[in-house]
Amino acid sequence: MIQADLNIILPEILLAIYAMLALLAVVYTGKDKMAPMLTWLTAGVFAILAVWIGVSGEGENVAFNGMFHDDAFSRFAKVAILLSGSAVLVMGADYMQRRNMLRFEYPILVALAMVGMMTMVSAGDLMTLYMGLELQSLALYVVATLRRDGVKSTEAGMKYFLLGALSSGLLLYGSSLVYGFAGTTTFAGIVEAVGHGHTPLGLLFGLTFVISGLAFKVSAVPFHMWTPDVYEGAPTPITAFFATAPKVAAMALFARVLFDAFGGVIGDWQQILALLSVLSMFLGAVAAIGQTNIKRLMAYSSIAHMGYALMGLASGTALGVEAMLIYMAIYVTMNVGTFAFILSMEKDGQPVTDIASLNQYSKQASGRSLALLVLLFSLAGVPPFLGFFGKLSVLLAAVDAGLAWLAIAGVVASVIGAFYYLRIVYFMYFGEEGDKLDAPRSPVQQVMLIASAAIMLLGIVNFFGVDTAAQAAAAALMPH
Amino acid sequence: MNDMLLSLVTFIPTFAALILVVFLRGEDEMAQRNAKRVALTATSITFLTSLFVLSGFDPSDTGFQFVEERDWLMGLKYKLGVDGISILFVMLTTFIMPLVIWASWDVKVRVKEYMIAFLLLETLMLGVFMALDLVLFYLFFEAGLIPMFLIIGIWGGANRIYASFKFFLYTFLGSVLMLVAMIAMFVDAGTTDIPTLMAHQFASGTMNVMGITVIGGMQTLMFLAFFASFAVKMPMWPVHTWLPDAHVQAPTAGSVVLAAILLKMGGYGFLRFSLPMFPIGAEVLTPLVMWMSAIAIVYTSLVALVQEDMKKLIAYSSVAHMGYVTMGIFAANQQGIDGAIFQMISHGFISGALFLCVGVIYDRMHTREIDAYGGLVNRMPAYALIFMFFTMANVGLPGTSGFVGEFLTLMGVFQVNTWVALIATSGVILSAAYALWLYRRVVMGDLIKESLKTISDMTNREKMIFAPLVAMTLILGVYPSLVTDIIGPSVENLISNYDTALAQGASASQTASH
Repeated sequence: MIQADLNIILPEILLAIYAMLALLAVVYTGKDKMAPMLTWLTAGVFAILAVWIGVSGEGENVAFNGMFHDDAFSRFAKVAILLSGSAVLVMGADYMQRRNMLRFEYPILVALAMVGMMTMVSAGDLMTLYMGLELQSLALYVVATLRRDGVKSTEAGMKYFLLGALSSGLLLYGSSLVYGFAGTTTFAGIVEAVGHGHTPLGLLFGLTFVISGLAFKVSAVPFHMWTPDVYEGAPTPITAFFATAPKVAAMALFARVLFDAFGGVIGDWQQILALLSVLSMFLGAVAAIGQTNIKRLMAYSSIAHMGYALMGLASGTALGVEAMLIYMAIYVTMNVGTFAFILSMEKDGQPVTDIASLNQYSKQASGRSLALLVLLFSLAGVPPFLGFFGKLSVLLAAVDAGLAWLAIAGVVASVIGAFYYLRIVYFMYFGEEGDKLDAPRSPVQQVMLIASAAIMLLGIVNFFGVDTAAQAAAAALMPH
Repeated sequence: MNDMLLSLVTFIPTFAALILVVFLRGEDEMAQRNAKRVALTATSITFLTSLFVLSGFDPSDTGFQFVEERDWLMGLKYKLGVDGISILFVMLTTFIMPLVIWASWDVKVRVKEYMIAFLLLETLMLGVFMALDLVLFYLFFEAGLIPMFLIIGIWGGANRIYASFKFFLYTFLGSVLMLVAMIAMFVDAGTTDIPTLMAHQFASGTMNVMGITVIGGMQTLMFLAFFASFAVKMPMWPVHTWLPDAHVQAPTAGSVVLAAILLKMGGYGFLRFSLPMFPIGAEVLTPLVMWMSAIAIVYTSLVALVQEDMKKLIAYSSVAHMGYVTMGIFAANQQGIDGAIFQMISHGFISGALFLCVGVIYDRMHTREIDAYGGLVNRMPAYALIFMFFTMANVGLPGTSGFVGEFLTLMGVFQVNTWVALIATSGVILSAAYALWLYRRVVMGDLIKESLKTISDMTNREKMIFAPLVAMTLILGVYPSLVTDIIGPSVENLISNYDTALAQGASASQTASH
């Protein structure tokens, strides 16, 4: 019996063992000298695991009496997390190495965070959920302060830690209320307990606290305050990581809790989600207008994007979950490309983040500008790029669920949001000529940028089959 | 071959753009010349290919022809086709584009990007007129904003940044509401196929939305959502303010495309979506649209009268002429709609030519101030002749295509709403006032300004660009059945469907009230 359970969580176990072995190995050998090699190796391991999970996984497997679920949903999320994590790792290696920040802890901590995320999205129990979430968060707190001598980096880590701890507290408090009123911590048990007749008030409180805790993790308004500061303060490769894999994991976890544990009382949480969604979309769109730092801008942009993904969840239907998954898959792809560009923004070897430094960049590097242009219009949700289809699918889910007002709010916010993406285009194409940026150094970043832009354009032919996978994933989450 | 023809026409320019992206390197003279040649060849081939569509088109068939259908993602379809209403817009686009490229022969800055932008724009514009799937239509409709945004922003005039942002955000805001309505249609009818949706009857029972009683219910709401998009695109008063800015700041070729083709998307949208899909909503709001058009015609004509910038004047005159179009469409009778389509096609030639006329002297003097000119006839006789021809066409002189469109729309509207027709007719006089006054100030009189003493007449290239436009304006002016024969049956079909739907709606609401 136990062997069957262990088989199901084999990928997680292997990754954890890999991280620990790597730690031992590096400590006894070259330490930081090994870091570049280790980064690539870890990225390779992620990629292999992603392929393994994506190709071999099938059916619905439950381990440890329902504490751990391996189904199409968790596999979709894991593949997205692992692939984006792998891309971000290799993308940032060059950047960190040249600034003496590439310590051996970095890939190992990311690997541990990855184990946490994989556990999160498979959680079938409040305990598993919390364990996964904390493993991820603790690893990420440390990663945020990787530049130990930088004030901003340590400030970012501190803020992230304190607010993260607060959100974990909220989540725990909510979980204890849920346990108190449902008498169990497994999702299957909770859904039984709340599924019949009216929900006890305490459970509703518990649900609200759990949602608040999770909203912190996806940085939905009004729990978003940490995002801009952490994005700005953390070293750029780490910002890129924050913007991708953990967001997918948190959003998938959100879906899992809402549908697996509270799928019977959609009416109770739908309004909360709709409110979170509409606030995130508008704040993300409006607050980004005044930003000149591209990392802060991307922070607000990610807040707005979480709003759209939450719109999918707020629909409370299989179509909504499918839309959310498609949206997140497109979102991470766009962000990998955009951050690949941001990572390569340098002047005299120093990283720059001011968007005004992109003045007339298109004259200097037309291909790269074109790629960023594609990504920016895609982020803004302008057709024909893939970002539009992401928005289309969440809007479709919202209208289908009778939330037409939310869809209208969403499209209006997307027009406001388009302004700041256009502003970057303005600097690249229409601006005054200024000091030039350095020529890009890292071929890896170049490849990521071009590939991501190409996906935005070519993906509109058939989504590369992501929609079928997302459909299966969403179906796995629905009650049978 | 026939089932691929439309895709071929649509994507030849894209293919050429790809060639430029991949193979053309450098900024030297050679590269620039090659970019221009590739673009001109591609647009010409597109035009020639589109002639096959025209020659194979059977006007008596009111359905869609050359239909091409493939499965696409999310249950959508990649479906193209043309009918009597859309084919002439396709032809207009393929006809204008080579001229536009040729008129840009003197562009010096970033020639390669310039040509790529125009080639992609052509694909997207053609797609709009051919798409038979809601989302595909929206995709082409919206994506066209990107190249136009760049064209205005990179190659535009002094105040180009403001104009490009205003253009983009204004039209984007208009269209996103349409997107929500499209999604609602998808959810309601379960398909995004335009021919199916044209036969689908959307609910029209009176609804209550946030305390407001909406007559015509869902149809009215969806009509309004589409209206928001098309009215901005058209543009109709009072949401026309982006157009003068965009026109003035855009480079000559951009203005031509904007006036000749992009504005027509709004009118085409009304004919393809608003009337056939939401007949009851359209019926409810027809008086509003009519009066808006009447106001647009008079108001923008008066505004045009006091402009000091030539392009702005022509831009306002475009808004006025589009007023005839909306008026004619919502008259919903044969003359009105025939006239509206005719007016759009003819305005495509005339306004395009007028912007080219401005471009000719702008290239020489680098100013569009009317006061900076005067007495050009002394040194530019050929230019004076051509400018005069298109001024007269713009006024609607019988014998030019401008007359036919105005006359038909006015005749259509007169049968429906005499007052609107009366007011709109005064626009004919006003248009003569501003257009002829412009001509007098720029071309007539003595050449006294020192700076103009050395101005040269049109080159052969410029004359050759104008020749086809002059020919089309004249031919359509004296032999309008060339157009009306093609559009007639489809328009007739549209109107009979519209009337049937209205009759059914009326009887349904009568049964409901009993």
